[in-house]
Amino acid sequence: MSPVQQELAIAVLKITVLMSALLILFSGMTLAERRILAFMQFRLGPNRTGPFGLLQPVADGIKLFFKEEVMPEGASKWLFFGAPVVAIFCAFTAIAVIPYGPAFHLPTLSFLPEWLGWLSGLEIVPQIADLDVGLLFIFAINALSVYAIVLAGWAANSKFSLLGGLRSAAQMFSYELALGLSWVGIIMLAGSFKVTDIVNAQAGWFWHWNLVLQFPAFLIYLIAGTAEVGRIPFDLPEGETELVAGFHTEYSSMKFALIQMAEYVNMITVGVLVVHLFLGGWHFGIPGVPASILWFLLKLGALLFFFIWLRGTLPRFRYDQLMDLGWKVLIPLAALNIMATAGIVAFFSR
Amino acid sequence: MIDLVLFYVFAGLAVGSALVVVGQRNPIYSAFSLIVTFCSLSAIYGLLGSPFIAALQVIVYAGAIMVLFLFVLMLLNVKAETETTSRALAGAGGILVLLFVVQVGVTLIRADVVHAPAAYEASTIGMAGLLFSSRFVYVFEATSILILSALVGAVVLAKKEL
Repeated sequence: MSPVQQELAIAVLKITVLMSALLILFSGMTLAERRILAFMQFRLGPNRTGPFGLLQPVADGIKLFFKEEVMPEGASKWLFFGAPVVAIFCAFTAIAVIPYGPAFHLPTLSFLPEWLGWLSGLEIVPQIADLDVGLLFIFAINALSVYAIVLAGWAANSKFSLLGGLRSAAQMFSYELALGLSWVGIIMLAGSFKVTDIVNAQAGWFWHWNLVLQFPAFLIYLIAGTAEVGRIPFDLPEGETELVAGFHTEYSSMKFALIQMAEYVNMITVGVLVVHLFLGGWHFGIPGVPASILWFLLKLGALLFFFIWLRGTLPRFRYDQLMDLGWKVLIPLAALNIMATAGIVAFFSR
Repeated sequence: MIDLVLFYVFAGLAVGSALVVVGQRNPIYSAFSLIVTFCSLSAIYGLLGSPFIAALQVIVYAGAIMVLFLFVLMLLNVKAETETTSRALAGAGGILVLLFVVQVGVTLIRADVVHAPAAYEASTIGMAGLLFSSRFVYVFEATSILILSALVGAVVLAKKEL
């Protein structure tokens, strides 16, 4: 194979692996969320389908496939159809520029046929695209993902959907600002927008992690990130006690499944970013322990559990409380953090 | 080769969606087409080797500004435009478009495209930052004051109605 073909083959392989991993993680999350929530509420949760209910996601998937597609009367057809597409596009594009572990070499594979010989000992970077402006790109895609919800809310021609969409738009652009600002300190410390560089800047002892160096930014990002993916306590856009299901009230069948999937993938993206930006990514936190994708997965698992825990614990914010927190607490705090960090970086870099 | 194909795809998308923005009677559809236009422009910046500008284009225009537009459109529940039958206005618009096309054409013919000097190297974040804080520092500060005064003006206008 020519070098171009080799590169292409590797890229396709990486995309396949990442997509399947995300699909498995997504279906696992739906089950884990229901089971863990159930245990928090002294219930059992779905445990009938397969051992420990492990086949429940499969059953849900099959059920959703065979459900009837409902198109509400007076809905705008193209936009109604387009919303789930935009949602899933944004979710998968954002996660494509994030690395998952340190670069590694494939072992020497002598049994391979000659035309695959280039594979043995090849260096693999577990990341689909390494952009110079990595974090900015994620932020840009994040900014676009709000349209999926606004589109869904408007196109369905339903009052509940519209209200959900409006709330979502207001919430997203209030918290996006705080979210972006909370990254600035980290970018200044690492001197780069590349996620890989930011992770490697946190190597060594765990007090080099941005969790310690940028603790206010960590809190701001955790809160703003939860708000961006619209999970409890920030799930006003779909607040079921007032708005039925908010922006996706009218969606059924696979369109509903796609919207759900985009939400979970976005949540995974936020989790991955917290791990990479604040918790040292694939570094263990003690020098001498080799960096590995395993540490990254462990931290990610803990964070995803944290999101479910939040959902089992907290009530929903009121709209004015949400706005107060975003504009009067998070954004000033983020600005202060940037000024302090900039001062310290400028002072010590002399 | 693939760059050229991508350029034509995105350029076509940008022009097409820009036409929809003007031609569409429903303001919400216009707003969404404008988002498509901004995203295609961003892709073209990316093809020109300036990922920083491309990301900014999406964040600022397609992201922040258009969300506000849509929010206002949906909140005020703007209805689709009804037919306007002013022939004089349509004629005047036509003449303006014609003049614009002629002007663009003349500029393109006169322009020495191949030997155009390279613009300021502001494609990387570091260079953009240096330019902002050295050569363009006064322009940059003036823009900040402009935005601040617009902010104050918006608050004053909004408070009047409360």
